[in-house]
Amino acid sequence: MPHGPDPLRPPLEVALRHRFPDGGGNAGFALDAAFTAPAGRVTALFGPSGCGKSTVLAAVAGLLRPDAGRILLGATVLLDSAARRVLPPEKRRCGVVFQDARLFPHLSVEGNLRYGQRRAPREAEGEEPSFGEVVALLGIEPLLGRRPAALSGGERQRVALGRALLARPRLLLLDEPMAALDAGRKAELLPFLARLRQRLRIPLLYVTHALEEVDHLADRMVLMQAGRVLAEDTPEALSLRTDLPLLALRRDAGAVLACTVLEHLPDRGLSRLSFAGGTLLVSLLAAAPGSALRLRMRARDVSIATQRPAGLSVQNILPAEIEAIESPRPAEIMLRLKVGDTRILSRITRDAIVRLALVPGMPVWALVKSVAFSATTPEAGGPASE
Amino acid sequence: MEGGALGLSPEEWQAVRLSLAVALRSVAFGLPPAVLAAWLLARGRFPGRALLDALVHLPLVMPPVVVGWLLLVTFGVRGPVGALLNDWFGLRLVFTTAGASLATAVMSFPLIVRAVRLSLDAVDPGLEAAARSLGAGPLDRFLTVTLPLALPGILSGAVTAFAAGLGEFGAVITFASNIPGETQTLPLAIYAATQTPGGEATAARLAGFSLVLAVAGLLLAEMLGRRMRVLLGQGPR
Repeated sequence: MPHGPDPLRPPLEVALRHRFPDGGGNAGFALDAAFTAPAGRVTALFGPSGCGKSTVLAAVAGLLRPDAGRILLGATVLLDSAARRVLPPEKRRCGVVFQDARLFPHLSVEGNLRYGQRRAPREAEGEEPSFGEVVALLGIEPLLGRRPAALSGGERQRVALGRALLARPRLLLLDEPMAALDAGRKAELLPFLARLRQRLRIPLLYVTHALEEVDHLADRMVLMQAGRVLAEDTPEALSLRTDLPLLALRRDAGAVLACTVLEHLPDRGLSRLSFAGGTLLVSLLAAAPGSALRLRMRARDVSIATQRPAGLSVQNILPAEIEAIESPRPAEIMLRLKVGDTRILSRITRDAIVRLALVPGMPVWALVKSVAFSATTPEAGGPASE
Repeated sequence: MEGGALGLSPEEWQAVRLSLAVALRSVAFGLPPAVLAAWLLARGRFPGRALLDALVHLPLVMPPVVVGWLLLVTFGVRGPVGALLNDWFGLRLVFTTAGASLATAVMSFPLIVRAVRLSLDAVDPGLEAAARSLGAGPLDRFLTVTLPLALPGILSGAVTAFAAGLGEFGAVITFASNIPGETQTLPLAIYAATQTPGGEATAARLAGFSLVLAVAGLLLAEMLGRRMRVLLGQGPR
């Protein structure tokens, strides 16, 4: 987990209003969004395509001028339309990683990496990793002499990330950096982003419409729809909100749990994890014991029993208490269960409620198969106690 | 007539050399303002942009003789600009090689502007935005991203203008006259030969040579463009 908030590292504060010209792809709504992104944390701007999240990022970078707004990085004013102050993008020192990488085709990988580094003010505050450090962090040493045209999609994004980092940014903006990559390339890039997240001391704004990227990387999640911020909290807290259809109606809706790897049981093909509600047995993971990771326990994978069942293949049988019975969709029930110190969700039918006579406050057993957990790469390589 | 190198007489060689020198100078002096004009037209949003666009293209649609006459009126020793140049720098353009170069430069200006503008338009504005986010100001961006990426187009535009400049006739003969060794370029020498009894052989040799130069120029433009695109990581390797 990342270190605590540092008072010397300023957060990013954003408040924007923008009306799109008619006929554009985003016509039909106006952007009206405000949120804060703390330093040293990954803040995910999450929402469906066309919800305005990329527009927000472009406005923070200065590449789009919103109708009105205030964007502050601590005491530095990036934009204040009321005071008629606009810092041009080249002075904002926002590292931007675009969906399409945008590497300079006429420069080598090293030339690309050095481009921002040469233009970064030496004495200024900001991230200050050395060239060698960034190259090692992103594993791009063998690529240095190549041209961008000779790189794979994932390699391009790593170089783009390195280029942004070497410009000593005060803020890092990632605009759907994995959207253009296939599953294999995504899996290749994720560990690098996770490693970066660990050593970052500036705010990182990560725009995405992929929930698994949020699960892996985000410390905070800003949920956007049709130009507005619906909610802003940790992914764990937002995953339990049943009043947000954007999340609760998804097939993969369910509690996001912060876990620590306790031990691997290779002969059984299992790993044992601890979480705030007890321990879980999941399919064998690659993460080292002691490392922290997040698991999404999908609500549709959680079954309910009123008595402790026996003779079941299910490995995880958790004592729980029904906290609330909610109905995000008529035929469907979402149970909010209290398990130890945490909450999980279970999606069952209305019929099951009637048959089992479930009521709030009732003690039950929550059943989850080990294989139900989608295999997750470790979100951070280091020990949880850091 | 005694055949010199490649069958051309010393006088004929002089016309060839002069043509090359005039075309080269016209491109050398015409290229920077052409790049500037193309950049203004491609990226600029300012009042009078349409007027500039029209002005740049004027030599393309006006009779070359009219262009030469306008130059004569403007840059002649009594013209508003010509008089100043003459008084201040002792520079006389009419009836000189420099004048022939100026006339050629004006005529090939739209050619270069069009080629440069096309290649500037082809540069992804997203790359300029990326450079901007990395701290590059306007001139910095132009010199380190836009210009290098537009270079293949600029170079092939320059070579095309050079090849076309070898053959500029109307503007040159009107503004700079037809003085052997001074302003008598290839086409003027061909014209003079056809006006001279028994000059058919000279005209044919010079015309053939012009043709070879023009084809060579076009091939060179194509080759340079391809080589540059590979160098810039845009083309097939």
